[in-house]
Amino acid sequence: MKKGNTIFFENKPAILSYAAVCGTKESEGVIGSFADVVLKDDMFGESTFEKAECKMLSTAISLAVKKSGLDEGDIDVLFSGDLLNQIISASFAARNYDFPFLGVYSACSTMSESILLGSTLVDGGYVNTAVCATGSHFASAERQYRYPLELGCTRPPQAQWTVTGAGGLVLGRSQKGVKVTCGTMGRVRDFGVTDVNNMGAAMAPAAADTIIRHFRDTQTEPADFDLILTGDLGALGSRILKDLTWEKGFDISANHVDCGEIIYKVVESEFQGGSGAGCSATVLNSYILEKMNAGLYKRVLFAATGALLSTVSSGQGESIPCISHAVRLEI
Amino acid sequence: MTAKPRENSNQNYLNYVKTQDPPTKHLNNCVSAFLVGGFICSIGQFIRYLLEYAGLSGDELAGATSIILIFLGCLLTGLGVYDRIGRYAGAGSIVPITGFANSVTSPAIEFKTEGWIYGMAAKMFTVAGAIIVFGVFSGVIVGLVYMFV
Repeated sequence: MKKGNTIFFENKPAILSYAAVCGTKESEGVIGSFADVVLKDDMFGESTFEKAECKMLSTAISLAVKKSGLDEGDIDVLFSGDLLNQIISASFAARNYDFPFLGVYSACSTMSESILLGSTLVDGGYVNTAVCATGSHFASAERQYRYPLELGCTRPPQAQWTVTGAGGLVLGRSQKGVKVTCGTMGRVRDFGVTDVNNMGAAMAPAAADTIIRHFRDTQTEPADFDLILTGDLGALGSRILKDLTWEKGFDISANHVDCGEIIYKVVESEFQGGSGAGCSATVLNSYILEKMNAGLYKRVLFAATGALLSTVSSGQGESIPCISHAVRLEI
Repeated sequence: MTAKPRENSNQNYLNYVKTQDPPTKHLNNCVSAFLVGGFICSIGQFIRYLLEYAGLSGDELAGATSIILIFLGCLLTGLGVYDRIGRYAGAGSIVPITGFANSVTSPAIEFKTEGWIYGMAAKMFTVAGAIIVFGVFSGVIVGLVYMFV
């Protein structure tokens, strides 16, 4: 059933299991004790950062499948994507498996987009199980989007820090566990922000748009949720999001949390917090789902945000189109 | 790629974002750039005095000082220290010749994984290329000014 841009899942696909892999810096923060694997070094025993990112992603996928108690042969489809050109981490990770792979790219909102797509297939009865996973690596993202790692340049105060980590979950049919009850498909929003260092300001309108449409489509209000979780807006973007939603009559300040804002403990040169596809993926697949299963949060709106730019488009002076997909998780 | 329709850009929003932006600390940045930049130059001067004492002079002296500073810049980049200095010092560590060494060495390290020729060698000047082009260009302009004035 669909209302507005929101799809309602009548059979309520369940999250059977989840797993997260995170870097050393991330493990010092809130997700440290909840992540399944913590990297001892940024290379993860590989020769390049790209291979390390791929290995993190496949580790998260394998762990999630293993924790669900299913065999790899029981998995019907894998939805995955990442930040690198041609989503190489996801595709290269997928060659380790015998199940089909559907690559998705939605920048940092890949996690929520893949949950949305996976839930649709599971809910419709087209597949029994779907794996959704994504990840990012600080070093590979820096190389692709910014400067060489060792280049001595300053970071502007609006900047965020790409999270090294990957997360994955298995969707299926079960009476137990966290259910995906509905999801709102995002629209691409662009308010004309051209500053590539200010992703929070660029993505906040997309997040506000999706969250407000979710409230309207489902006739809910912010107080109905225990948590409204955005992906990687950072501290600045979160402030803007609260203002934007407040302006439309929805005050989310009481229960809004941003994964990027909470992921790092030490504020050194992360400034506004974490970013990247791995940011929401690691926080959701460790801390949040753990707390949901423990009954702390009963209803969470997970709206990861993504900036759909490339180095070419920003080099040519284009502004940054952004998107946010939301899924509602309930227990 | 077509140009973006003007109405897509929300001027009100951009003005609002400006009010929310955390300010860049220009004074702090200038002071730390001055201190670190000055310190690097003092080291250079110190090396110069040492070499002068060792008996070098003129062009040889200037060349040898630069070579030592460039070597130190490359070494600190390779050890992963220079980017930390740069994060704190900004222009203070970019403007001296050690900054140039850093801008050549860092892509060389970064792109080594893509091969010695097409990776390291070809991409070594991704950052420094701009410095060389505009350095030579401004050299030409200054040369022309000297010729006619």
